[in-house]
Amino acid sequence: MSLRFPEVIAAMLMLAATGCHRESRDYRSLALQAQDRTKAFGGNAFHLAQGQRLYAWMNCAGCHSHGGGGMGPPLRDDEWRYGGSLPEIVTTILDGRPNGMPSFRGKITEDQAWQLATYVRSLSARTREDILSGRADEPSNVEPPVLDERKPVRRVTPRQDDASEE
Amino acid sequence: MKRPPPYLLVILAVLVLAVAVGASLMAAQGKPAQPVFGQRADHLAALPGPTARAQPASWFAAPGNGEWTAQLGDPSATRFSPLGEINAANVGSLRTEFTFDTHNKRGHEAGPLVVGGTMYVTTPYPNDVYALDLTKPGHPIKWHYAPKPAQASQGVACCDVVNRGAAYAGGRLFFNTLDGQTIALDAASGSEVWRTKLADINKGETITMAPLVAEGRVLVGLSGGEMGVRGSLTALDAGSGAIAWKAYSTGPDADVLIGPEFKPFYPAEQGKDLGVHTWNPDGWRIGGGNPWGWISYDPELHLIYYGTGNPGPWSSLQRPGDNKWTAGIFARVVRTGQARWFYQSSPHDLFDYDDVNESVLLDIPWRGQMRKVIARPSRTGFFMIIDRETGQVLSAAPFAHVNTALRIDMRTGRPVVNPAKEPQSGRITRNICPAAPGGKDWNPSAFSPRTGLVYIPHNNLCMDEGEVQANYIAGTPYLGADARMYAGPGGNRGVLTAWDPVANRAVWRIREDLPVWSGALATAGDVVFYGTLDGVFKAVDARSGRLLWQRKLSSGIISMPMTYQGPDGRQYVAVFAGVGGWSGAIVSGGLDPADPTSALGFVNAVRDLIPRTDAGGRLYVFALP
Repeated sequence: MSLRFPEVIAAMLMLAATGCHRESRDYRSLALQAQDRTKAFGGNAFHLAQGQRLYAWMNCAGCHSHGGGGMGPPLRDDEWRYGGSLPEIVTTILDGRPNGMPSFRGKITEDQAWQLATYVRSLSARTREDILSGRADEPSNVEPPVLDERKPVRRVTPRQDDASEE
Repeated sequence: MKRPPPYLLVILAVLVLAVAVGASLMAAQGKPAQPVFGQRADHLAALPGPTARAQPASWFAAPGNGEWTAQLGDPSATRFSPLGEINAANVGSLRTEFTFDTHNKRGHEAGPLVVGGTMYVTTPYPNDVYALDLTKPGHPIKWHYAPKPAQASQGVACCDVVNRGAAYAGGRLFFNTLDGQTIALDAASGSEVWRTKLADINKGETITMAPLVAEGRVLVGLSGGEMGVRGSLTALDAGSGAIAWKAYSTGPDADVLIGPEFKPFYPAEQGKDLGVHTWNPDGWRIGGGNPWGWISYDPELHLIYYGTGNPGPWSSLQRPGDNKWTAGIFARVVRTGQARWFYQSSPHDLFDYDDVNESVLLDIPWRGQMRKVIARPSRTGFFMIIDRETGQVLSAAPFAHVNTALRIDMRTGRPVVNPAKEPQSGRITRNICPAAPGGKDWNPSAFSPRTGLVYIPHNNLCMDEGEVQANYIAGTPYLGADARMYAGPGGNRGVLTAWDPVANRAVWRIREDLPVWSGALATAGDVVFYGTLDGVFKAVDARSGRLLWQRKLSSGIISMPMTYQGPDGRQYVAVFAGVGGWSGAIVSGGLDPADPTSALGFVNAVRDLIPRTDAGGRLYVFALP
């Protein structure tokens, strides 16, 4: 017996309403004006993708590699010297830190710092899989983030990161 | 359901059968036996006879009075000690005499110095200096000096916050700090005589090298090839710390100290302002070429020899041209800094082949006459013999696995680049050998006049690399490369090779599991000392490579072993344990092996190092019972 067209539609609608938890994709401007920036940036695929590009452009990879570290500490683990919440990472990026993290204030906008921080947080596999990018823009020796093994990570600052937690 | 056509069933059956056969074949083979590395030498050629042997320079004098006053032992960079109490027959009974902890967890690349009954020890950042009184029981600290370099300098040090030690001359100790200061201390009291700032960390400039003192000059080179630093070598007056001259590695001839005395051997180095014209417009201003490695000195010719580092950025597509005067070697007049000749080992360097390795000054029989040469185990993987008066390449042969160059063109001195390994936009190039740390990195070789061999501690690493756009932002990395490294052919990652520089071939080699990142030491007792990345300190027979003695230390060894005669008249051998540096950053920096590109891709090659050693600096001093 074959299904009829209206029944298929109805089944898909029910699935959409109940099963799939899809990211909420606001207009960019709304996110930038939002009171709760952690929520607006943290769970947003567009900002995460922009952050990934900025990560390459601003030479973050030169020190932190693709999250494993080098000149700078790793970003994939659950150890955050200066705090691992989005606002704390934004402060680190904009103001720098005493052990050699340079200040990027004046080199990027505050909104770009939030985008960058969103990507940085995604490296430690806290971010919902459905907003991660499929691949990087440039040739790379690492797997695309969506293919990366999702390792369980101890939450450092859970309350502030609800929007980006699975 | 419709039946599938019969041909599909046939294909399916064949597939299932193929998989089953393949699986059973693999099961039958079992796991390949893990080769054991580092226990024996492979013999490749005969030892050179007495008349065909490389000699030290005619004026060579091994360190006297049982002292050790420079990291490379003497100005000709032999790392040879005339002490022979510890020899091939008795080294097996070597035991620990004392240890000294630095309480510093970063990579310890420096070796100690011993002068007149005092041992001088330097640490990585924060670059503390200790003087230990060897004349008293327990070797108490005579003085301690803390230069307190800027904390932020740690963020612009490319490959761990290392330092390669001090130099002693005329009652003073000279050393550099990570934040770019050269400091002179009174060796007796530890009080500061002068300090001169040479680097600006906000531009990514640091200093990690050990200075060389010659003709009243303290010679210091910048680090920062990964940060778009324009390299320079500065000569300071040893008495006052005043800058006598400064020679840049890129830019107009006036900045590079190229004048009428400059007589390069090959046409590619002849011409005006090549440090500008062999670059993309203004590329030379952020073009690297940092002389962060070793300097040798010929007191007869009054020349110094030093190499310049990689051009910046790593991404070669952004800097068309030869990129002079990076990745090559300069001969300069000590007093004036004027360049005498230059040879570029990697014109338009593609793979981070800094040319900063040691130049061992030797005299070798060459086609019937003795020639004054520098012997250089280079990053490129070639062992270069270059006439030190003229800059002519006499011979070049690979001591490591090389596929990036097909050969060295002896007419032009230039490597013939393998087109298959040339970087292409938007692609990863696979199996580049040697990898970025080269056939050999900074860790110095030793030469024994008794065997005529150069003992080369080196790597066997290859890499996959892709070039990406690098943006210059002062004080941040200027790289544009995405790399990961792994073991070269054979599966071993390191080698100690005994090399005959006259025949230009290997005599024997010991394949080591991990990259060999320690220096080598040769003694008149016909023993060669070196250490492994997981902390095994070894003594091998200088003639045969036979393993004579080994001891597992508390941390990986990336430093330079040395030997001295104590105030009690006995011979001692000292080495730092303290893993780190580029190779050991995975342990000292707590890097994540899940990212193969960590530490510019080195982490991928040494993932297994984490359980094998711990970070922490400890000096070990050994002697016979």
